[in-house]
Amino acid sequence: MIITLEGTTSAKISAELVRVRQSAGSPAQGMVLTLIIVCDESEFPSALEASMAAGHEHPSRILLVVTAAGRNAGLDAEVHIGEGTPGEVVVIRMRGAVATHPASVIRPLLLPDSPVVIWWPGKAAHNRAADELAQLAMRRMTDAAAFPRPLAALKDRARDYIAGDTDLSWTRLTPWRALLAAALDQYPAKIKSVSIESERNNPSADLLAAWLRTQLKVQVTGKVSDGPGLTAVRLSTAAGDIAITRPDGLLASYAVPGQPERLVALKRRNFTELLSEELRRMDPDQVYERTVKSLLNGEPKSASKPAAKKSAAKKATTRTRTAAKKTRTTAGSRS
Amino acid sequence: MLVIFGVTGDLSSKKLMPAVYDLANRGLLPPGFALVGFARRDWAHQDFAHVVHTAVKEHARTPFREEVWQQLSEGIRFVPGEIGNEESFNHLAETIADLDEARGTGGNHAFYLSIPPGLFQTVVDQLRSHGLAEQHPGRWSRVVIEKPFGHDLASARELNRIVLSVFPSSSVFRIDHYLGKETVQNVLALRFANELFEPVWNNNYVDHVQITMAEDIGIGGRAGYFDGIGIARDVIQNHLLQLLALTAMEEPNSFEASQLRAEKQKVLAAARPPKRMDLCTARGQYAGGWAGGEKVKGYLEEDRIPPDSRTETYAAIRLDIDNRRWAGVPFYLRTGKRLARRVTEIALGFKSAPHLPFAKTDTEELGYNAVVLRIQPDEGVTLRFGAKVPGTQMEIRDVNMDFAYGEAFTESSPEAYERLILDVLLGDPPLFPQHEEVELSWEILDPVLDYWADLPEQPQLYEPGSWGPKIAEDMLARDGFSWRRP
Repeated sequence: MIITLEGTTSAKISAELVRVRQSAGSPAQGMVLTLIIVCDESEFPSALEASMAAGHEHPSRILLVVTAAGRNAGLDAEVHIGEGTPGEVVVIRMRGAVATHPASVIRPLLLPDSPVVIWWPGKAAHNRAADELAQLAMRRMTDAAAFPRPLAALKDRARDYIAGDTDLSWTRLTPWRALLAAALDQYPAKIKSVSIESERNNPSADLLAAWLRTQLKVQVTGKVSDGPGLTAVRLSTAAGDIAITRPDGLLASYAVPGQPERLVALKRRNFTELLSEELRRMDPDQVYERTVKSLLNGEPKSASKPAAKKSAAKKATTRTRTAAKKTRTTAGSRS
Repeated sequence: MLVIFGVTGDLSSKKLMPAVYDLANRGLLPPGFALVGFARRDWAHQDFAHVVHTAVKEHARTPFREEVWQQLSEGIRFVPGEIGNEESFNHLAETIADLDEARGTGGNHAFYLSIPPGLFQTVVDQLRSHGLAEQHPGRWSRVVIEKPFGHDLASARELNRIVLSVFPSSSVFRIDHYLGKETVQNVLALRFANELFEPVWNNNYVDHVQITMAEDIGIGGRAGYFDGIGIARDVIQNHLLQLLALTAMEEPNSFEASQLRAEKQKVLAAARPPKRMDLCTARGQYAGGWAGGEKVKGYLEEDRIPPDSRTETYAAIRLDIDNRRWAGVPFYLRTGKRLARRVTEIALGFKSAPHLPFAKTDTEELGYNAVVLRIQPDEGVTLRFGAKVPGTQMEIRDVNMDFAYGEAFTESSPEAYERLILDVLLGDPPLFPQHEEVELSWEILDPVLDYWADLPEQPQLYEPGSWGPKIAEDMLARDGFSWRRP
């Protein structure tokens, strides 16, 4: 059922939600969170689709906020409920002066005392310190891949990081990180250097490089390939490379020195899967925080001090193991 | 027969008259029912009937039916006049006598005082001197008064003295229209019909209680009434303290009026305001800005509000109840205008489990268990507990399990009024607060009001459409809690 409300207010939208629920015989509600999605008209259809699909795993109240400039203030809403809609979906279109105060509209519509998650599928996330919607949420998801200069976008995210932030380009890495951590678990060798191959302007590759650099304390080099996305990660050890290569975006080959090469399904995932994964955990992702912040440090300076390098390498092995373990507890199980 | 004083008021046309019609429509009014309006207007009976007709058509909840209206309109009378005028009351007494004769009302009269408390004395004296307040066997004469029941303990006592000087205690009905009878009965049923909740309904398991009544609107056209009174007098004194009493009281021996009142009085007598008023109370005033998608005025910019008014539009206080069941459990009461959402609820927060056999990260997002009695809108009960998030990992998060009563007995719903009017006609007062309860409530609130009156500064401003001023958050944070988002 879709109910359209024009020239409305938050109070009327809430009243409509209650009314519709009551007319359906007040079925038991199991909604676990409120998901706010901020997008523009062009991103709207795919965002709606992805969120509805994710809603099947996490029944939620989904508030799609579509803002537009305009001379006249206006607020329209569409309430979607029942008929295959998981939970409740409200599309809220704001124009003019209302659009500059979106939190005033959204705050009354949040579910009582449950987590609030906000997702900017596109370029809407500019300066989040000043974004009043961001402050309503305990988890904030952005997607650097939607920006023309993804690395710059990630650095912006690092600068205005608040506990609870994540970027979907980081979420995309989860299976890669799980696989790398598993490889080092199986083959705990000293890593000398790392090389990553990916499409040009791939933020996930930047984050993976930063992660490996901070966890292993080694040089990480990047190479541009034809894609799609990440195509290969090679960790070089004395006995040869630990290599994961995925030329087609679907199936990867996994090679560890002294063991036969194996195939691993490593499909590029769609928004629904990424969203479902992120919604599973509501605590801040500390590994992401460390990683994205390290992007601001530039290259590690230890390369110029050979004496320090040795001990760093020694530490790296132990770090690798803790890193691997960490990945398993905080991220490995996410994939 | 229902006689309404102040019949030209908003409340009368929006709530009372439609409720009377709805009752008639449901067949709950006796055939001889008569409605008499009294006000300072130069109206004839037909004019008044026309006003009632319009009010009914606009605000009644049940469909308009001509034959019901026919039945009702035959008993509608209007008496123009001044409250202080002898002549007017003679006229009123005549009208009532005529109706008793013509409609066979059996001499049963209910006087609804929808007028400022300052005029009570005059009206009550007039009723007495014209013999309208006399109690005869087999007939009844009742008086209905509305909140506010005074503005502090002294004035409440005075008001009670005035009313009780003429009407016996059992004939005085104090209407708190926020507290529909249905709600009260629901709370009582949940607490005392179940074995599930009673064992944990005490300080062994509950660590704090939050009672909230939030409105998303401003003061609207009530400037004259509201300014100088403030929301604590308007809401905490009656509504929130009644909810507190229902939540915290012991089990009554039966649901007889006297038993129920005894328990409510006991718990109100045990409740006390905190010693450190500066740490345990908070007040605020709404600023201008955007709320709910509309641009709204700040309290001081509202019409007919003096620009330096210190009247609070948000109030939060902590109360402690000194008895075996509740010692050590703080009760936090908050109410405000222009908050994010219109909602009334009682939330019992439970202590955390003594030991959690999980890794710290597994339970990082686990809050506290709660039983929430939702009063309005969407009346029901919510249980909040931790559950595992589906998947291979062990992540525990809070989930809500909701039960809805289905039909909304909301604050603005005339349905609440229908029940109230019906109870007055039937003489069924158990849920109306008696004067002892009113006085006990003022005893709790007076020290807080006095403390606020002495403060030199303005109440703290809060953003419209938010959940109140910062100072209220700090108040809970000091005790290690935080306000729920209701």
